[in-house]
Amino acid sequence: MSIQEWFEKRKEAQIERRAKEIKGVENDAPELWTKCVHCETQLLKTDLEENQMVCPHCDYHYKISARKRIHQLVDEDSFEELFTGVKPTDPLEFFDSESYADRLKKAQAKTGLNDAVITGIAEICGHKIAIAVMDFEFMGGSMGSVVGEKVTRIMEKALELKIPMLAVTSSGGARMQESALSLMQMAKTSCAAGKLDEAGILYINLLTEPTFGGITASFGTLGDILIAEQGARIGFAGRRVIEQTIRQKLPEDFQTAEYLLKYGQVDIVSKRRNLRKTLANILEMHEA
Amino acid sequence: MATVLDFEKPIIDIQNKIEELRQLSESSGLDLEDQIESFEKQAEDKKKELYSTLKPSQKLQISRHSERPKFLDYVNLMCEDFIELHGDREGMDDRAIIGGIAKFSGKPVMIIGIQKGKSTKENLEYNFGMPQPQGYRKALRLFKHANKFKMPIITIIDTPGAYPGIKAEETGQGAAIAMNLREMSKLSVPVIAIISGEGCSGGALGLAVANNVMMLEHAYYTVISPEGCASILWRDAAKFSDAADALKITSGDLLEFGIIDEEIPEPVGGAHTDYEATAKSMKDAIDRALNKLSGMSPEELRNQRYDKFRKMGQFIEM
Repeated sequence: MSIQEWFEKRKEAQIERRAKEIKGVENDAPELWTKCVHCETQLLKTDLEENQMVCPHCDYHYKISARKRIHQLVDEDSFEELFTGVKPTDPLEFFDSESYADRLKKAQAKTGLNDAVITGIAEICGHKIAIAVMDFEFMGGSMGSVVGEKVTRIMEKALELKIPMLAVTSSGGARMQESALSLMQMAKTSCAAGKLDEAGILYINLLTEPTFGGITASFGTLGDILIAEQGARIGFAGRRVIEQTIRQKLPEDFQTAEYLLKYGQVDIVSKRRNLRKTLANILEMHEA
Repeated sequence: MATVLDFEKPIIDIQNKIEELRQLSESSGLDLEDQIESFEKQAEDKKKELYSTLKPSQKLQISRHSERPKFLDYVNLMCEDFIELHGDREGMDDRAIIGGIAKFSGKPVMIIGIQKGKSTKENLEYNFGMPQPQGYRKALRLFKHANKFKMPIITIIDTPGAYPGIKAEETGQGAAIAMNLREMSKLSVPVIAIISGEGCSGGALGLAVANNVMMLEHAYYTVISPEGCASILWRDAAKFSDAADALKITSGDLLEFGIIDEEIPEPVGGAHTDYEATAKSMKDAIDRALNKLSGMSPEELRNQRYDKFRKMGQFIEM
């Protein structure tokens, strides 16, 4: 047995032990425990948190908030948030079963964010970098005018400071409630990515669960290096739309990070725990 | 007989009456010319009235009319000596996107468009105007050709969206569109884009990062099809008419939001009723746009295009 295996065995044993313990404590302190949404193992929430929201038992990668992602990726206290004053409005006065204005308010209350992206400057293992991190909890991470504007501004900042740019995506695509204005954010962010390209500034995409539609079709795939987080689903059209169009059953692993790697669509598939190191290495090797 | 749209029924009713009167006049020898004339005027007035107050969902129907002029019709009616340039050089010639060099008002241009069919057979050939990544990559190859030889680029767009298929995903549908958006911003020649029918989502935008974006009067341009939007937000695709209203998809709306530069008028009754008049209207608009852009340096063209899209969007800043 290798040391690695021994550690893993021990971890499993710990989990089992705790799973047994739960029977006693479940009713007293349910908030301490959670069941893995993938393997259904009982987990101590603190264990899940400590393991970067990856199930220690089955390696399932949970979706995480933008704040948590930033915390995991960048050096402690290095993040300086920018463009916090850019806030959404309801230009179309869009109404379906609920008004867009109300949906925005709810999403803001739920996430504590103004909109679906956080932008700023940070350091990763001492390497200065401009970052945009999307938050799926804010209306499915959809891109409207605010996301487009903030992503464009942070790219312009990277251009001005001549530092690399990292975009971490998690989004269903463009935001329907701003219709063509959202569509135009795809053009706007892609044009900004073009400026980085021409200036020879390193741009990295980290594609996380899920990245679809208007994001893969714009700034989300224009990086010089594309990293997909393990297990993330990435694509242009949604699975259901494809199934309805072609009336065929799709492969089980269709549109997963691993599937995209097989078809040459991403450079790297990485586990969450290796991301920071991988990014640091890439940044170091691109420093002139 | 041409496909009749349901909202055109009042016109068809009057036209049927005219036809009856004509037959009656012939069989009975009565002179009914005055009555016929009055009905004809009524039909014309009704048509004008209907077509000046179209609802978004009715425009949607016109934009999808099977007899609406398609890209190659416009090429034939507006250009001379079109030479099609095929293929992406990586194993495919996507027929949903067609492009080539042609003379436009006597000058060479690169003209690229999304082609739909008028029959099932044609639609199968052109994949219902739904391009694959290879189509966008062919377009990019042609954009670069035009840039190299300093030809203005004209794109004509009519698509329900990029194709949602297995191979399209495996070969990078999203990435292919993204690359076009980025690379179009770098072109040093005038780029003019026209939404001629359906301008649906990223599949349309993939050819539309232009100095000047115009739309035919009854075309639509949106982030998602009204049906797609309705099935997600209303959980019922049949509510597409509500979604079409909410999405603000018409040329009038998009002019207001600064997303398009100009609306190109269509003949009363829609583009499908008069190909020549529609093509002339479009050609005049393109000529005017080309004239305006022809005085600009490559740098100015790039900057104007970048600034145009840079400004798009609406938000509050605290």
